[in-house]
Amino acid sequence: MPVDIESRSSALDPDGMPVEELVVNVGPSHPSTHGVGRVVVHLDGDVVVRADPVIGYLHRGIEKMAENRTYLQVVPLTDRLDYVGSMYANWAYCRAVERLAGIRVPERAEYLRVIVCELQRIASHMMGLGAAAADTGAFTFFVYAFDQRERVVELFEELCGARLTYNYVRPGGVSYDAPEGWTDAVLGFVASLRASLPEMDKLFFGNTITRSRTKGIGVLSAEDAVAWGASGPVARASGVNWDLRKHDPYSVYPRMDFDIVVGENGDSYDRGRCRLFECYESCRILEQAIAQMGGGPVKAEGLARLIAPPPGDAYDHIESARGSLGVYLVSDGSVRPYRMHVRSPAFCNLALLGRLAVGHTLSDLVVIMGSLDPVFGEIDR
Amino acid sequence: MALVDRIGESLDNGPGGVVLTSVDALVNWSRGQSLWAFPMGTACCAMELIAASFSKFDFDRLGTFPRPDPRHTDVMILAGTITEKMKPAVRRLYDQMPDPKWVIAMGNCTVSGGIFYYDTYSVVRGADEFLPVDIYISGCPPRPESLQDGIVQLRELVKAESLSKKRTYDRPATLPRERDEDR
Amino acid sequence: MSALLERIAEHNPRLYPLFSLEFGDAVVGVERDELLATMTELKDAGFDRLGMVTAVDRGEAFVVVYRLQSRSLSAAIFVKTLVARSDASIPSVFGIWPAADWQEREVYDLFGIVFEGHPDLRRILLPEEFVGHPLRRDYDDERLIRRPDYI
Repeated sequence: MPVDIESRSSALDPDGMPVEELVVNVGPSHPSTHGVGRVVVHLDGDVVVRADPVIGYLHRGIEKMAENRTYLQVVPLTDRLDYVGSMYANWAYCRAVERLAGIRVPERAEYLRVIVCELQRIASHMMGLGAAAADTGAFTFFVYAFDQRERVVELFEELCGARLTYNYVRPGGVSYDAPEGWTDAVLGFVASLRASLPEMDKLFFGNTITRSRTKGIGVLSAEDAVAWGASGPVARASGVNWDLRKHDPYSVYPRMDFDIVVGENGDSYDRGRCRLFECYESCRILEQAIAQMGGGPVKAEGLARLIAPPPGDAYDHIESARGSLGVYLVSDGSVRPYRMHVRSPAFCNLALLGRLAVGHTLSDLVVIMGSLDPVFGEIDR
Repeated sequence: MALVDRIGESLDNGPGGVVLTSVDALVNWSRGQSLWAFPMGTACCAMELIAASFSKFDFDRLGTFPRPDPRHTDVMILAGTITEKMKPAVRRLYDQMPDPKWVIAMGNCTVSGGIFYYDTYSVVRGADEFLPVDIYISGCPPRPESLQDGIVQLRELVKAESLSKKRTYDRPATLPRERDEDR
Repeated sequence: MSALLERIAEHNPRLYPLFSLEFGDAVVGVERDELLATMTELKDAGFDRLGMVTAVDRGEAFVVVYRLQSRSLSAAIFVKTLVARSDASIPSVFGIWPAADWQEREVYDLFGIVFEGHPDLRRILLPEEFVGHPLRRDYDDERLIRRPDYI
């Protein structure tokens, strides 16, 4: 019996049935939004016509707060930006302060910074890959990846006492030296990670369901990646050969021998594989850094607790797990920054969601969001 | 209304003093041993909430595991900073949870605003501004064991409930035992 | 780096070098009216990537700071523009680099600078009904509790 459907639009499909665009709200509290992100999706049936991310649910005003804190007091605030990778968020800020104030960091501190940054990159990729896998339903992989992350977090706990927000990298060096036997523990972890990564690779990326759900989904071309300011594994998976550790080297990375992982197709499968292979490269860097690290102090000598750099501004960036994380600091000569701005890679990457999701289904939108690896602390600041 | 709620009414109107106590004890015990949690994880504390649910600090042995739908859960764990923009969404999710329900405020940001107390224009200073919080867990972020301890302490609060609307049980909450030499 | 600055200044008489930090990147300033033309020329010169758009409140004026990067030239350059407080609007570079989309929305949201030509200029980080632009130095709010001055 034909049903009379009252429709708000006068559009009709080829069979003469009234059709209408459906607006669905995904988030802000949703198991797959990786935090508090909201996407307002316009659907034609199951196909996405328009996807509009709404962010700002975690906007805490860290940039405003930094104007009323001394340079050292801002470091715990930077911890809470990219909370999956506090070590490198601290490091980007400290590099900007050191550039502004002209502080030289001792060599052992630079090596320790590289070691913790690479360990943090592994932990962040495990979290990112695990969450992306959980979105497609592969919950086992999430548990395996989180187990690896727990081991890294245990190493950090031995080093500086905290599990998540470390406050470890400070302007002028690092806060504590590595305890006895810590570097051996790191090498033991590297060996066990090398043994378990192929198993995890086969578990998730070798699965035919994963391949059909991620291959060809959310294809980003190289020109779009550069024009839209994408960086990190998102850009490298599209073929853009750009890694700050090689192309704008900083710290002691010029002394390390490692490769950059560049993908071909730029779909979600490639982005996930990029993250996984970067963990292998991080293992290589860790072994070299531990072998090359010498003794010495871990803090710059004679550095006052209240740093008052000369007036001016400086920008410095590092290659974080999500892309190029930069901090722009303006100083007016006092002990507090005049303006601090964080250039967040996840913010720029998430802007692509509106473009990448068009034409795919709603479940593909979830996969694309997972492959862009958003962390809302950094996006919303 | 569920049958189990009607038991309270009928025993109340009748002579059922002792029976109601036993029924309450049984119901509260079983509720406490299987508190399903709604993980309202916004920020950094959500990482520790996830860590508490996974293999190393397994939450499932306490009967608690995360359900993404508020209608299936007993306790809402607020993990992470709540901003003014997020506040209506959290309140709406709390209203969607069925009774009886409890709220755990995990982390300094939900207890009092935490590290974001000063100089902020958008952070809600403490979840108890708009939600009735039962358990406060401090820490920035608290260790997963603290969160599990919070759930264990929540069982004490669960034991104070009753099926009958007219009763509550006045039980002293179990605090760490004072040692005699501390007096 | 100064060779690059000289080469850019030769081709673009509108640019004036502001100052260059000893450990820093090249910095150039440009007038607001010539911003779009200059940015187009810089993009053709090889700066294909827009890294950052932000603003600093300097009292009488806002300074809008752009950071451009070039892979081919292996260089980065800052472009700064002054925007008067009473007339806080500036042309948008969205047509040149789409990466400016969300970054300019954020500057509009937090500072109140209007970007002309931006396809969708609305608040991004704060709620839609929020009144005011918080990152301005004269922003005040009774909810704001200032941190006491103990160091």
